[in-house]
Amino acid sequence: MQTENIIDITFRRLRAKGKKAFIPFVTAGDPNIRATERIVKEMIRNGADLIEIGVPYSDPSMDGPVIMRADRRALQSGTRMRDIFDMTERLSAGFPDTPFLLLLYYNSVFVYGIERFFSSAKKAGISGLIIPDLPPEERSEVQPTADAHGIYLISMVTPTSTERMSGICKEAKGFLYCVTSLGVTGVRKSYATSFREYFGALDSVSDIPKCAGFGISDPEQKRQLEQYCDGTIVGSAIERRIEEGIGKNVNEEQIAISVGKLVQEFTGGNKA
Amino acid sequence: MSENKNGRYGPYGGRYSGETLMHALHELEKAYREAQSDPAFTGEYARFLREYAGRPSLLYYAERMSRDLGVTVYLKREDLNHTGAHKINNVLGQALLAMRMGKKRLIAETGAGQHGVATATAAAYFGLECDVFMGKEDMIRQSLNVYRMELLGATVHEVTDGTATLKDATSEALREWSRRVEDTFYVIGSVVGPHPYPEIVRDFQRVIGDEIRAEMLEKHGRLPTALIACVGGGSNAMGTFYPFIGDPYVRLIAAEAGGEGIESGRHAATVAAGTIGVFHGMKSLFLQNDEGQITPVYSISAGMDYPGIGPEHAYLHDIGRAEYFSITDDEAVEAFEYLSRTEGIIPAIESAHAVALLKKMRSEFCRDDAVVVTLSGRGDKDVEAIGRYRGRIH
Repeated sequence: MQTENIIDITFRRLRAKGKKAFIPFVTAGDPNIRATERIVKEMIRNGADLIEIGVPYSDPSMDGPVIMRADRRALQSGTRMRDIFDMTERLSAGFPDTPFLLLLYYNSVFVYGIERFFSSAKKAGISGLIIPDLPPEERSEVQPTADAHGIYLISMVTPTSTERMSGICKEAKGFLYCVTSLGVTGVRKSYATSFREYFGALDSVSDIPKCAGFGISDPEQKRQLEQYCDGTIVGSAIERRIEEGIGKNVNEEQIAISVGKLVQEFTGGNKA
Repeated sequence: MSENKNGRYGPYGGRYSGETLMHALHELEKAYREAQSDPAFTGEYARFLREYAGRPSLLYYAERMSRDLGVTVYLKREDLNHTGAHKINNVLGQALLAMRMGKKRLIAETGAGQHGVATATAAAYFGLECDVFMGKEDMIRQSLNVYRMELLGATVHEVTDGTATLKDATSEALREWSRRVEDTFYVIGSVVGPHPYPEIVRDFQRVIGDEIRAEMLEKHGRLPTALIACVGGGSNAMGTFYPFIGDPYVRLIAAEAGGEGIESGRHAATVAAGTIGVFHGMKSLFLQNDEGQITPVYSISAGMDYPGIGPEHAYLHDIGRAEYFSITDDEAVEAFEYLSRTEGIIPAIESAHAVALLKKMRSEFCRDDAVVVTLSGRGDKDVEAIGRYRGRIH
């Protein structure tokens, strides 16, 4: 009998309190793995509800320039999968109520070995994986292993999903990652999508928690989006803050504190 | 034949794409299936190949080369097509499909620039907007083709990420497609990418092999002993091989980019040194490390400078139906000069890899064996780079 996935526990708790989830993203190993560990701790202390850790990739064909540069720095610092699992194992032991998610390209799972990857992820306390290039059509090669380890594969929908939406929602576990605009990751000033229509369509097919991501650059955008969904995911804005720190040549501690402050601007500092 | 409806070739292929593009990939597959069975579409495509691309391309009996090598050599002259390479076959098909789907804009990745030029040509003809993504390294290596694309009205976007070559241009084209998926048709230039692209590109390139079969029967009275083609992503090789897969006595042989030699680590020999992985929407063989990070590749040929290979090639290799050998830069340049002097034909440096492989394998054939080498393109674009390689142009 498997224990309940803490992603479900977290969203149930948030819903009971009428709160929205805040999910910051950070690339593991940018500028190095020690710094990432410090950054994640600051994020949690400043109100992050779930943590999304990006696994750096050599050719991130679905990411914009900010994450591309973060990935390059992370790989240059020698970050390997083992380092990421070890770091997450320490973090999940220290913060047992916070769900840790990995966001990664499918090749990072596939080449590592699917069974080996999931058992390492389980041991590291990882609750879910977001694999943007593993659509429902190709999931069957991973799903049984994910299920066996009690790790959720987080489903994604986009404004182009249209007739695919109900099928995706049916399979979704934990929460639904709702991409709010077309294109790649990166901060945006405005959106073309009508949130009312988009989330309205999703709500009509499923009551799974829905979190919005892609292009959220400031707390005001976050507040706007939260009217329509259960949480928000912020990535590029955080990576941009880290990059600024690296550019100013400040130390890891200062980068972590600066990211913590940014997270606090988004959350108001209250952990649900 | 070797594929099924989910675009699988044995374990390879598939549709490993972001959700933003999934709808478009299904829409493309549906449009393609309808077009395939619509005589209006297939008839128009055949007419464009004939009247615009200048097909059928010649199957040329290379008498001097045959005498020199002691084997009967035919050259399939894709270099004589409009725009100078086999790329136009595929581009005309995809552009007609784009028109049929009501798309207003074509985008493409390009390595050597031949696929970019072909796409820019079709866009000019059909009055479509055109953006081509090209690595900075390749824009330097193939500056003439950059200007040709601009002359045809296309915008060429410089890609500086990673190794600034074909793989990075492909990643950037995929990003651009997901930004403007609604009005944009992505014209992929090789038998790579998510399903249905490998199948579509193969089908639009199989005209090469279909013509070889008819021309060989007419000129030579029987099928060839072997077919030799160069392979980067693998579109001219796939087009050459495909109609012969069911003929077990016809050897299918491909030349991949050996760069400075496999042991040097500076090469793009995916079959020789690659492992199974998932990249650019497909499961196939890739040059990568033990954690799936794509490793930098190198070849003198910008068109073969890619860390992967089409999924159907990976499958044909697995089942032993096709053979893959690597050819170094030196061997390719030597063959480039050899064909120029022996037959008065300057081949693309990509195609020179295929010529070099025949020279290397000549002892495996006897005088009566007929070997067809596909000359995928002409070499004008490479003359300057080879001159520099030889220290004759500074």
